[in-house]
Amino acid sequence: MALTEAPKRSFRLSQLIHDTRYRSITIQVVTLALLALAVFWLGRNAAVNLQALGLTPNFRFLSNRSGYDISQSLIAYDASMTHGRAAIVGILNTLLVAGLGCVTATVLGVLAGVLRLSKNLVVSRLMAVYVEGFRNVPLLLWIVLIYAVMTESTPQPRDFREGGTASMLFGDSMAITNRGVYIPSPVWSDGAGVLIVVAILAIAGAIFYRRFARKRLFDTGQLLPMVWPALLIAIVPTVLAYFVMGRPVGLSYPELGGFNFQGGIQISNPLMALWVALSLYTGTFIAEIVRAGILAVSKGQTEAAFALGLRPNRTMNLVILPQAMRVIIPPLISQYLNLTKNSSLAIAVGYPDVKATLGGITLNQTGRALEAMLLMGLFYLVISLLIAFVMNLVNNRMKLQER
Amino acid sequence: MTGKSASLTFVRTEMIPASEPPLSEKGAIKWVRENLFSSWLNAILTLLSIWVVWSVVSHLFPWFANSVWVADNLSECRAIRDATVGPDASSACFAVITDRWQQLLFGFYPREAYWRPVLALALLLVGILPLLFTAMPRKLLLVLPVLPFALFWLLWGGSIWTPVAAALGFVVAGLVFRLLSPVGGLSLGVPAAVIAAAAFWLYAAGPLAGALQDLLPIGIEYIDSKKFGGFTLSLIIGVAGISLSLPLGVVLALGRKSDMMIVNMLSTAFIEIIRGVPLIVWLFTAQLILGYFLPPGTTFDLTLRVIIMVTLFSAAYIAEVVRGGLAALPKGQYEAADSLGLDYWKSMRLIILPQALKISIPGIVNTFIGLFKDTTLVVFIGLFDPIGFTNAIRASTDWNGVYWELYVFIGLMFFIFCFAMGRYSMYLERKLQRENR
Repeated sequence: MALTEAPKRSFRLSQLIHDTRYRSITIQVVTLALLALAVFWLGRNAAVNLQALGLTPNFRFLSNRSGYDISQSLIAYDASMTHGRAAIVGILNTLLVAGLGCVTATVLGVLAGVLRLSKNLVVSRLMAVYVEGFRNVPLLLWIVLIYAVMTESTPQPRDFREGGTASMLFGDSMAITNRGVYIPSPVWSDGAGVLIVVAILAIAGAIFYRRFARKRLFDTGQLLPMVWPALLIAIVPTVLAYFVMGRPVGLSYPELGGFNFQGGIQISNPLMALWVALSLYTGTFIAEIVRAGILAVSKGQTEAAFALGLRPNRTMNLVILPQAMRVIIPPLISQYLNLTKNSSLAIAVGYPDVKATLGGITLNQTGRALEAMLLMGLFYLVISLLIAFVMNLVNNRMKLQER
Repeated sequence: MTGKSASLTFVRTEMIPASEPPLSEKGAIKWVRENLFSSWLNAILTLLSIWVVWSVVSHLFPWFANSVWVADNLSECRAIRDATVGPDASSACFAVITDRWQQLLFGFYPREAYWRPVLALALLLVGILPLLFTAMPRKLLLVLPVLPFALFWLLWGGSIWTPVAAALGFVVAGLVFRLLSPVGGLSLGVPAAVIAAAAFWLYAAGPLAGALQDLLPIGIEYIDSKKFGGFTLSLIIGVAGISLSLPLGVVLALGRKSDMMIVNMLSTAFIEIIRGVPLIVWLFTAQLILGYFLPPGTTFDLTLRVIIMVTLFSAAYIAEVVRGGLAALPKGQYEAADSLGLDYWKSMRLIILPQALKISIPGIVNTFIGLFKDTTLVVFIGLFDPIGFTNAIRASTDWNGVYWELYVFIGLMFFIFCFAMGRYSMYLERKLQRENR
């Protein structure tokens, strides 16, 4: 058998371009070479420029005394502490407003998304106006507008005095002033620890009961009531413990003293404006996601569930929602990420977030632009990679199990 | 028989005419009952919504109806209100807009040159209309290649030969590609064309433009980027960013799906790093530390830096959207393109991308809308976009205390553009829908 072998031809240079086997290698080598060249060029420029300015990049400035005050801080901080600590204060403030915003934006978004699908024309049109109105106008505009309203249209603390023009809300527990919103703060006294332990145990008990009821349903087919016993288990012991321990947790109400309110928690205007604007703005995007998710479940699913004899609320819980969730959750998580990144607009209203401390005052005082921007970029990058990681986990868990 | 029929006292022999449905079961009342008050919850929601609408309208209407349109400052506005409708009435002071609209729309652009941005906007609309609606005359598409250079010249001004020389660079690249691609294919033609164009711009374009200007001086007044501002600036950054980021985003998406490891890794790293950090941080990077990485002594227009950063930022987002579109295509489409013997670029251009881009339209347009809204962020690095001007106006003694009027005006301008883009994407989606007829 004389098989004609393909003539062996020696390697020619033109194969690097014309032969698909070699071409991809050529392209990659060229890309890599260009990249190396660009990095070298940028690096050399940076070295020359930094030398001319007499700067050597290092992070020692983080342990120097900062010398500036921060108007809002979740941890102990004053001007005698370091730039590093100021950066952490900023990071915590960013996370605070992002966390608050995510919660309220979700509530608003789910409400608006569900209501926009309502058959009630007045309600659905109102929600459409809200969604279209807020998401087609820049977030920055909402932030500065709400901040302007908060500082210019709200009463001054002295208007709350006897005979003044303003009054407190919710039975003298909340005051909206041009210096911020005052709300009651919890006061922990002796025995509060016991109360917290009891509360945690009660919630654990409720979860355990639900597990037990579900297992029993799957094993024997007996359906135990789920909702109200779980609620009872969670609430009753906590309430009992509250009175047995002699009301260890109270509320401290803000009171007008001198020129300002004392006691309670002050939510500063920048935080308030940022929080409200972020929630309203991101809420519209979440509303659209929720609406799309519910619409994505085909009508046949509802009809099939009805044909099986499921009641409407069970159809919603067991058939529609689990399928809608698969569509809703991934974009929802990326909206949380967007909200966190958008919180960097805090500088518009002077909220002390990480951009204002590390990327603002610290940067200007020390002149360490390169290092400060690098650290700040890394912080946001870590947050977004973390959220992306969580999203991948969720996606994998919720993926359709096909064959 | 007779006995039985006698016991029947009454038998109806004709049908009763169908009676009208009860009042509560027809017309508007039925509709209201079924839609607005079908349950307790629904009734509460309806009443609540009506209350919200009423309270907004009842505040807005007098505010708008009593508005003052001509005044020199806020106290004059208030005086006019006091004289006409009384001191307690709510009244808008739109005089601030009639007083300062030039700044809000054109920034510090010279007043006698306002026709230039206006003409540029009109040209832009004429240029993109045939792209947006297939019903437009196809000949208008010929405007498109000239458009960027014409817009640049109208807005910045200077000698007409500068944009002409820049355009010649593309002609040179096209010629080189024509010459070399029959010999060496795409992989020789494209790099050669890029190098030829770069060499032309670096070494030949400047002298050529200068010589032509000496020969035939045509030009309009040069206007520096520092004078740009207001809504014009937002539109310039937005339009430039949108038109540049789409091709870049598509290339990045293809890079991320590529089999070539290095290309893939580079694209992925670029996309993730750009997306992971807020735009503000990138803008500050452009302002503060980009200079470190350029040769000493380079100065480089801040507006241009912003356009580059905004473009890169939204390109990364578009890349992710397009990647979703590419992933959503059935594998059979890729295999069919391969089995037809199409090479990579042909299969992408003819088979894959048209379908993938169609799926990605809503996401791409949403990214564009986001980009356009994000142009307001340039206020933080010292450019005067509309919000930057509101800060300046509110800080002036004349208009200290005005905010609703300004923000309503700016918000409305952004709303019109963004809403139109959103509606257009819905229209396009419906038009391109092929399945589920």
